[in-house]
Formats: sequence, C-alpha cells, structure tokens
Amino acid sequence: MTSIAFHRVTKWYPRYHHVMKGLKHSLLHPVDTIRGFRAEGFLALDNVSFEIARGEAVGFIGANGSGKSTTLGLMAGVLAPHTGEVIAQGRVAPLLELGSGFHFDLTGRENIFINGILLGLTRRQVQERFEDIVRFSELEKFLDQPLRTYSTGMVARLAFSIAAHLDPDILLIDEILSVGDLHFQVKCRKKIDEFRRRGVTIILVSHASGDIRALCDRVIWLEAGRIAAQGPSGEVLAAYEQAQSREMEGVLRPTGT
Amino acid sequence: MIANLVLNSMTGRESDRSTSREYLRDLILVLTQKEVQVRYRNTWLGYAWSLLHPLTFAIVYYIAFGVIMRVPIDNYAGFLIVGLFPWQWISQALGTAPNIFLANASLVKKVNFPWNALVVSTVGNFGVQFVLSLPVMAGTALWYGSSPSFAWLIGIPVLAVIQFATLYGLSLAIACTNLFFRDLDRLVSLAIAFLFFLTPITYSVRMVPAGYEPLLILNPVAPIMLSWQQLFLSGRFLWPSFAAAVVIATVSVWFGTWLYGRLSLRFAEVI
Ligand SMILES: Nc1ncnc2c1ncn2[C@@H]1O[C@H](COP(=O)(O)OP(=O)(O)O)[C@@H](O)[C@H]1O
Ligand SMILES: [Mg+2]
Repeated sequence: MTSIAFHRVTKWYPRYHHVMKGLKHSLLHPVDTIRGFRAEGFLALDNVSFEIARGEAVGFIGANGSGKSTTLGLMAGVLAPHTGEVIAQGRVAPLLELGSGFHFDLTGRENIFINGILLGLTRRQVQERFEDIVRFSELEKFLDQPLRTYSTGMVARLAFSIAAHLDPDILLIDEILSVGDLHFQVKCRKKIDEFRRRGVTIILVSHASGDIRALCDRVIWLEAGRIAAQGPSGEVLAAYEQAQSREMEGVLRPTGT
Repeated sequence: MIANLVLNSMTGRESDRSTSREYLRDLILVLTQKEVQVRYRNTWLGYAWSLLHPLTFAIVYYIAFGVIMRVPIDNYAGFLIVGLFPWQWISQALGTAPNIFLANASLVKKVNFPWNALVVSTVGNFGVQFVLSLPVMAGTALWYGSSPSFAWLIGIPVLAVIQFATLYGLSLAIACTNLFFRDLDRLVSLAIAFLFFLTPITYSVRMVPAGYEPLLILNPVAPIMLSWQQLFLSGRFLWPSFAAAVVIATVSVWFGTWLYGRLSLRFAEVI
C-alpha cells in the first residue's frame, strides 16, 4: 500500500525579496516590485517522482540546497507543489527541531500538552498517552520544573518522546536524530525499529550516512532538485560517498598545472 | 454564533478539512491557556500590570485633558476608565498581531496545524486579561459616578464577543500581511497611535465638529467603543453603534479569513 507518492512534482520558490524589503520599498519602487513577482524564482524540485510504501524507511541524502527539506515540507503539507501531485496518507508527524513548539517558562507537563496538541492530538489523546510519554522520556522527576531548567539533552528527550507517542502514519525526521546521550539514542533507534514493525513510514534526512545505513531500506539521492539515484541503502550510499570523495580529490588536487 | 463562525473559518485550508471540532476546540483552548499561563507565571504583577496600565493613563489624561484642557464631559474620570480598558485589549492585540506567525516560524515551517489558532489564542489571551480586569473597571466606573445596570449582564459578554471577532479578523489580516511586507509592524504601531486619538476615548462624539464625523465612521473600533461607553455610563444599548459594531466584526472576520485562505499556502515559503 502506498504511503507517500510524488508524481512529477515541481517546487518553484518565487523570489519574494523585493517584497520582503518591506512595504516602503514596494511603494517607492512599484515597477521593481511587480517585476520581482514575475521574475524567475528558484527551482528547488524539478520533476521528481517516487513512491514510498507503508512501513518503508527511506533516507534522503544530497548536498545542502539539493531539496531535501523542501521534499519533507511537501510531505508535511506545509508547502504546496507548483506542478505535480503530492500524496501523503494518514497523519504526518514531523520530529521538531530542538525546542520549537516548546515554551521554556512552562513546565514539562504543560509542554507535553501544548506540543502534543500542536502535533495533532486532542487533549483526551494526550491524557491517554501522558504516562507513556513521561515514562519513555525518563523525566518523571523534572515534570513540574520549568523547561528552562532542563539540559539540551533533556528537552530533546521530551520532544522525541512526544513524537514517538503521536501514533503517526508517517514520521519525518530532518537531520535531528543525534539527540540526548548514547543511552537515549539507543532507545530512539529501538523506538524507530518498533515503528517500522508497526507499519509507520519513516523518512529520514541525515548527513550521517551511518544513521541512514542503520535505519533505512532505501535511499533517494537528490542533486539540485532532481533524483540522482535511488535504490537499496548500501548501493546508493556507496555511490554517494564515492562521488563525494571524488569531489574532495578535485578540490585537493592542484589544478591547471 | 461568532465562535462557530471562527471555528468554521478555520477549516478553510484543504488539509485542515478533516480536523475535527474537538481538535480545534482543544487547540484553541490549550494555546490560549498557554499564553495566559506564560503571562501570569512569573509573578502576580502580570495581573497588576493589566490594571496599572489603563489606570495610569486614565490619570495622565485626566490631568491633561480634564484638569488642564477642561474637556466638558461629566464624570470624566469614569468616562476615561470605561474607554481605556477595552482600548488596552485593542491596542495589545493589534500591536502583537504582526509578529504572531513570525514568532512561531519554526512551527509554521514544519507542522501543518490550523495556524490561525495562534491568532485566536493571542487575541483571546488579551481578552482574558480584559475580562479579569472587568471588576476593577466596573468598580472604578461606579466609584466615579456610573450606576450599575442589569443590561451589563447581557451587554458585557455580547460586546466582548463582538470585540473579540473584530480583533481576530484584523489581527489575522495583519499577521498574514506582515509575512510578505516585513515592515508592517512599524506601520501598525503608528496606526495604533493614530487610532487612539481617532477613537472617542478621551473625548466624546458630541464634541467632534461637523464635517469630521467621517473620521470616526472610517474607524473600525469606534462603534464598539461607543457601545462600551454607553453600556457602562448609561446602562443602555446604543443600537446604531451596536449594529455598526456587529457589521464591522463580521466583515473583519470574513476579510481576515479570506486573506488567510489566499496567503497561507505561501507561509512556509516566506517565513
Ligand atoms: N523559502 C524559500 N524561499 C526561496 N528559496 C528557498 C526556500 N527554501 C529553500 N529554498 C531554496 O531551495 C533549495 C532547496 O532547499 P532545501 O530543500 O532546504 O535543501 P536541503 O534541505 O537539501 O539543504 C535551496 O537552494 C534553497 O536556497
Ligand atoms: Mg535541509
């Protein structure tokens, strides 16, 4: 069963710079502004198609700016494709970056509710999962302390614990897996494995090919908004690493002599 | 009714259509609760400030306009207080509006929840503060010569709802627009300063010279302000202002929602 499908998706970011300079600028330079609207934007995804089955774990790799975050934004539904079609079945839960959606003057308990609801649960659903979230995070003792007294690792644990109990159909992880101490990272890995057994689709963006190799069945390699290669993790990662080391050699080798 | 209007308007974006009422209600409740908690968490001064600010300005204006410039209004202190508390809600909501989405940029970029709930909770938070300060406002007004009335029991909640809807629509429009025109917040703070003196708070409508009334008619918050004053000072509904306030609230919610519907697809790109 298909979980995520991209059909010939093109994502084009219009250049809003003229407008973003502010209202004053737009009013003083109307011609500039209108041209700015029409002028070429930036093509972040160019005719990308792929399908991901339910329960698959797929990694996305590629250089900075190759379109990985854009792809995840489209999956989450916060971005709309310019042309083409994006299908994502069920509840999509992004694993948030550190601290976003948290309020640091409020306690861990209060933040679990706020975050859970922002990520799509009702209050009743958070209540039902509350015990599990707290137990998984191992933060029982700090539950009624304000979040500003937590260490970075503790906040990350809380964030992952909430995400882990959302019961998502699709979990999106954009370069934020190395959270918490080693013990907690092992726990996260186990949880992700458990997700996969339960049929949750996992999308992982990471620079660490180790994470991707360990967790993903399949890898899609993006380059300048196109799919450069896709296939079993081992093969694509090997090709990617080879390309990278070739590039490194190109930089290191003196040219022109 | 207006709550339904707001709830309905929130299911606009395509991906939100499946969101249940229960979820929307919880989202609004929890976000508003969060805003209120953050405000009152540190000290009881949170509450004191929401009283101190309008009361201080009441004294300032009383001295400047009542004592020195001798504004011909009976019970001028009561008149000022009745206007300044609702005004505080207006100015705080509109003043915060430009930054509502920007302050939650990392969420808007990644999570697809009905983002306008952030506007509801911001306007709602200032509304809660207004409601909590009502006893002080009514008490002070009584002290300075107003008389209590049964009309308050119905009038206060009705006007509060209308003011909420008006501010929600305006704030939503401002919050959306500011993502595309980033210097809107300066314009808004200027506009609020203008609006204050174009609203009959320190003077009464009767003092406005002939020919200048259009300035008040163009002001979206003048009718609600007149309604508050009439309700508190004479215990009556001023029907023309009230009707105008209802129309403005409806148009405001409609316009804010329409703009949000048009622009929210681009939020994650520009934020
Ligand atoms: N909101 C935006 N407006 C304009 N251009 C953008 C925006 N977001 C990303 N881009 C551009 O699109 C390209 C792809 O970005 P992104 O998906 O973030 O890449 P990655 O996550 O792979 O580093 C980049 O060149 C980036 O500059
Ligand atoms: Mg990225």
